[in-house]
Amino acid sequence: MNIMIVGVGGQGTLLASRILGAAAQNIGMDVKLSEVHGMSQRGGSVVTYVRYGEKIASPIIEEGGADLILAFEQLEAYRYISYLKEGGTYIVNTQKTDPMPVICGTAKYPEEILEKIAAKGIDVIACDALALAKEAGNQKATNVALIGVLAKHSTIEKEDWMKALNSTVPPKFLEANLKAFELGYNHE
Amino acid sequence: MKKLMLGNEAIARGAYEAGVRVVSSYPGTPSTEITEFASKYDEMYSEWAPNEKVAVETASGAAIAGGRAVSAMKHVGLNVAADPLFTMSYIGVNAGLVLCVADDPGMHSSQNEQDSRNYALASKIPMMEPADSSECKDFMKKAFELSEKYDTPILMRLTTRVAHSQSLVELEDRVEIPVKPYEKDIPKHVMVPAFAKQKHPKVEARMQALAEEAATADFNKVIMRGTDIGIITAGISYQYTEEALPDASILKLGMVWPLPEKLIRDFASKVKKCYVIEELDPFLEKQIKAMGIEVIGKDILPLEGEYTAAMLKDKILGIAPKEMASADEPVPVRPPVMCPGCSHRGVFYVLSKLGLHVSGDIGCYSLGSAAPLFAMDSIICMGASISAAHGMEKAAGRDFAKKTVAVLGDSTFIHSGITGLIDVVYNKGTSTVIILDNSITGMTGHQQNPSTGFTIKGEPTRQVDLVKLAEAVGVDRVTVVDPFDVEKFEKVVKEEIAADEPSVIIAQRPCALLKKAGYTGTYRINPEKCKNCKICMKLGCPAISITENGPVINETLCVGCGLCPNVCKFGAIEKVN
Repeated sequence: MNIMIVGVGGQGTLLASRILGAAAQNIGMDVKLSEVHGMSQRGGSVVTYVRYGEKIASPIIEEGGADLILAFEQLEAYRYISYLKEGGTYIVNTQKTDPMPVICGTAKYPEEILEKIAAKGIDVIACDALALAKEAGNQKATNVALIGVLAKHSTIEKEDWMKALNSTVPPKFLEANLKAFELGYNHE
Repeated sequence: MKKLMLGNEAIARGAYEAGVRVVSSYPGTPSTEITEFASKYDEMYSEWAPNEKVAVETASGAAIAGGRAVSAMKHVGLNVAADPLFTMSYIGVNAGLVLCVADDPGMHSSQNEQDSRNYALASKIPMMEPADSSECKDFMKKAFELSEKYDTPILMRLTTRVAHSQSLVELEDRVEIPVKPYEKDIPKHVMVPAFAKQKHPKVEARMQALAEEAATADFNKVIMRGTDIGIITAGISYQYTEEALPDASILKLGMVWPLPEKLIRDFASKVKKCYVIEELDPFLEKQIKAMGIEVIGKDILPLEGEYTAAMLKDKILGIAPKEMASADEPVPVRPPVMCPGCSHRGVFYVLSKLGLHVSGDIGCYSLGSAAPLFAMDSIICMGASISAAHGMEKAAGRDFAKKTVAVLGDSTFIHSGITGLIDVVYNKGTSTVIILDNSITGMTGHQQNPSTGFTIKGEPTRQVDLVKLAEAVGVDRVTVVDPFDVEKFEKVVKEEIAADEPSVIIAQRPCALLKKAGYTGTYRINPEKCKNCKICMKLGCPAISITENGPVINETLCVGCGLCPNVCKFGAIEKVN
């Protein structure tokens, strides 16, 4: 299983990938994750890869290789279409964050991104995860709300996800994050 | 028990299990987490040193005194530490010494793409290269054995995709190794010419002996499959090879220097076509070709950037990648930016407004060079901002210096900016230096440093007083100012660049990601008062964007730092809650 998490540095993609990695380990799979640290974390476009299966060699997912992409932001979803396998699933947070070229007025934020992705015959699951996180009491739990949506569409049992959340989320934030996970899990 | 671990965490775990006593490093992506994880084990003393040279010397002293020691750095950090490296090769060790160096192919977070394997060759120090987290741990333990057996430091080379990937690691217990007895041994430890001359042949003999051990050691692995294609590879390239060429035979080198000639010759003779797959320089390839063995490498594979399995399939098997669906229009790029609330933003707003030459440095503030601020003219390496500004003055004259400032962070100033400042004072320069004191080492993810007042473990310690330090080296004009008080900051900069002597401006404000920044609430732009002059857009704040009706603040991004109301001439930016 090859899952990519794409978003904007600072959105919590790293924790999301670690929860996913822990859940995959809980079902006894070989797991590899590739993370992004340093300069590109500062508000740039970030990608983390999570792969699990019998035996995994490369930690990287290449074009056409992702079974599922979890996008934390619409423009980032648009950027990585070529990485999705034929028949793969796209989970997209409907949040939009303008990149600097758009802020400076040298580029335009594309319109109707979700429709354009769906028009390619890609299965798109859209979710306003920020609203779910706010409902859970902490807007920073957007990442975990999205993990909830992902969990619903995964082959990993819910109890393995709960174990993963308990082992990766700092106790201080656990309550709001568990709530956000539930809201994501039950999202239609 | 198996644990999912970052390569860097596994390096720290290997050090722990190998009974390491001292870890001294300077942070640098992608190596930083090695020392952060090491500091979580109370059995090992860990510290952040002011720079990599000091760190390697500290670790060297520890090894000479009889305690196993580690220093970790990024590739360019090894340049700083190259001086002790080359001589420690001659001195050797008492207890084991392992120096971890993390290269950054693809330059995810670096200013160049140097291949540190060349240092192993040049300094005559063996180098190991793990391919996943499990090997990171195992190789560390093996490295300490080899270090003590052959009386040599060992280099442990990582690349970003190994350092920053997680995979499963089997945990074992720590082996407590008592501090070895220390003996005063002048010919071994004092590298004056007479003793160094005795040492050099021993170094050559040791490398010969290591090459022989490498021929049969289990860290070099032969995986025989078909005989059509043979691949010689190491590190992360091994994983891409497994992915792309599952039928090929592989010689996977765990030690990339010295090389096991007989093993390589033997492997190459068993396959019809032999390739070398390695990112960056043709390091293995050149050595293997020099042995008279025919291999294919950089003739078909690039010298730059990271490799992919798809690239290997294309270049070696001739299977072109499949065309995939893509966006219908150009997707705007999303370069990294200074965070909302960044303490550096006020500084670069003013420097941009004044149109000064800015001699820049390495850190988050390198982002001051990007749109819309464009307030950095040059970046070379850690600490170079001050010395380069000095050189600019000496070449282009005093008038040029009056339009020039050097800008660097607190940690970078301590790292190697202070020596540049001494050069300015000593050699009668008049440079204006702005130290961005945000109370932390920012870009690498918040490490303590000598100017923060805390150790790596968060214990309070003596804090370097930047004002006193600047005064002590002979700078009479030292000003501390809040860069968010834009008017005052601008006034200070103008005064200091005009002064006919060196000056230091300490722009003091904590990193917005620190709790002590204490920002609450958000701001909004009152459309009734906004005249759409767009001056707030010049800040390059990711939380402010332009709409048809003028600028607006994105409340989910705004941290309430309060810089934008300070530049608005119409009082249109108001605090919300």
